[in-house]
Amino acid sequence: MMWKRMYALFVARNTEFFRDRSALAWSILLPIMIIFVFAYAFTDESPEKFKVAYLVASDLVKEEGSPAFEKFKSTRYIQFIPVQAVDVNLRKIERHQIDLLIDAKTSRYWINQTSPNGYIVEKLLIAAYINSSQTPVKTTVEGDQVRYLDWVIPGVIAMNMMWGALFGIGFVIVRYRKMGVLKRLRATPVKPIEFLTAQIMSRLWLLIVVNTLIFIGMDFFLDFRMYGSYVDLFVVFTLGCICLICCALLIAARISNEEVANGMLNLISWPMMFLSGVWFSLEGAHPWMQKFALILPLTHVTEAAREIMIDGVGLTQVLDHLLVLTFTSIILLVIGAKIFRWE
Amino acid sequence: MSIILQVSNLVKRFGALTAVDDVSFDIQAGSCVGLLGPNGAGKTTTIELMEGIKIPTEGSIRYNGEPLGLKFRNEAGIMFQNTALQEFVTVREMLVQFSRFYPKTADIDELVEQYALKEFLHQDTRQLSGGQKQRLLLAIALINRPKILFLDEPTTGLDPQSRRNLWEQVRRVKDNGATILLTTHYMEEAYELCDEIAIMDHGKIIAHDAPDVLLAQHFNDVVIQLREQDIPSEIGEVAFGATYRNDSAHIVTSDVNKTIEQLLQLKVPLQHLRVRARDLEDLFLELTGKELRT
Repeated sequence: MMWKRMYALFVARNTEFFRDRSALAWSILLPIMIIFVFAYAFTDESPEKFKVAYLVASDLVKEEGSPAFEKFKSTRYIQFIPVQAVDVNLRKIERHQIDLLIDAKTSRYWINQTSPNGYIVEKLLIAAYINSSQTPVKTTVEGDQVRYLDWVIPGVIAMNMMWGALFGIGFVIVRYRKMGVLKRLRATPVKPIEFLTAQIMSRLWLLIVVNTLIFIGMDFFLDFRMYGSYVDLFVVFTLGCICLICCALLIAARISNEEVANGMLNLISWPMMFLSGVWFSLEGAHPWMQKFALILPLTHVTEAAREIMIDGVGLTQVLDHLLVLTFTSIILLVIGAKIFRWE
Repeated sequence: MSIILQVSNLVKRFGALTAVDDVSFDIQAGSCVGLLGPNGAGKTTTIELMEGIKIPTEGSIRYNGEPLGLKFRNEAGIMFQNTALQEFVTVREMLVQFSRFYPKTADIDELVEQYALKEFLHQDTRQLSGGQKQRLLLAIALINRPKILFLDEPTTGLDPQSRRNLWEQVRRVKDNGATILLTTHYMEEAYELCDEIAIMDHGKIIAHDAPDVLLAQHFNDVVIQLREQDIPSEIGEVAFGATYRNDSAHIVTSDVNKTIEQLLQLKVPLQHLRVRARDLEDLFLELTGKELRT
């Protein structure tokens, strides 16, 4: 009986969505516009800042480098990021997340031979060491060229899912409550968890279908990088969608005012849009910002999708992201169902 | 008859406001009970507490001796005062959706036939007229073949023809053995449909019995009604204690002959005189207008 009731609500919501042509058109056209505008706008544009990572023994001890390195460090428009490990940062060089890695003590540096930024930063480094007794020692990191487009696409798809999940679910439930549709459902045997699950399922498959079409279309036009498994990517995006839908359900659990709902949805969507690493890497950002980004579901969807698409990793390598998304979804759904108000 | 719904010491407070104040009554299975009262009397809050839509601050409601639960939800039909329906969905789809919520349901085609939904069956719910929407809402309320049906002002906003049609449909439900609880502003509606009425004011039930019993309890007189222009208030109020409403003077008397003689003596024109028995409207005014508000 429970499944039958959920199925009834699922069908009704889908029918409403597909017949509301303006909403349907908007939910398909908007992401396509975003992808084209942003992807092409950023494809040929180099970032203003170069990023150089330098090895330090500890975060806590401030080490003074050689005069030549200090001179290099004073170069404007380069962001210097202290790091402790070599391996992980070599990977970032491969992926163009940093342009050069240097060990100031030994003057050894690593660079991606295919990176235009790396080439310029290398020239600046050599210039800084000209009158120095030390000579920088070059090591080349062989990495595939990862275009900004390749890097941004996973985040853009995740972000599109976020908009669809938050506003598609949040507003609908608040509108239902305001109109009294929920009150009428309360007078039936339908339980809050059944209603919420039906809303999740309805929005989930719509988001998956819409974003699959967008993915195929964008791949056709932009031919972006996809090294991982499509099944793995599907799992990541599905979990991400569920988590983002659960965020919307929690927000919409009690509110009956569309303006308040709009404010709250914006309050969580805008930080996610800018702090989840969709548009730019948070490498070198303030540590609190990086920590804050980790509580945002969009960060985990974006990072997991990026690792699968760009690096071709499997689900086990993104398990941490998947676990965060799963547990966050469960917690949000349970709280949402608990505090849910029909009126 | 057995008691289907038992309301005991029901209280509902919203902050400092007590909307329902220690209300108790029983509803017999198969009866039709009308809950009457002026705006703000607490009718809708009371009926929503009984429907399980609102949680009482104090008191209890028992359905067939048990607290309101899944069994009640499966066996109750509810038609709210204002119900919005999901948009972009047709009337038939709406009926199908609601039928999936219940284990036992009425035949949709039968409902369509009985409540004259055929002409707009495939129309979007947004395009329905007031009367069509009320018929659909009644059909939805009956989709689970309810043993108890709650109707909150079902005919408000309907034209007289639609109202009478809906009365017919409610009578049919009653004839099929369902218990009905309805709130209404229309005394005629209550008189036409209800076996018992309960009059509420300020959150309390101030009278509860069969309409004729209540009328007999409170009145042994009749009303002489005249046009206001035929008997100015200076004469009507002083000589007869008349009340004026809707352009008419209402003189309450237990001796019609004597009152008419007095009117003739005062040369009041009697061409538009009408003598009528006391009705629920009078009872309502008597109870809510005098006893509680003076």
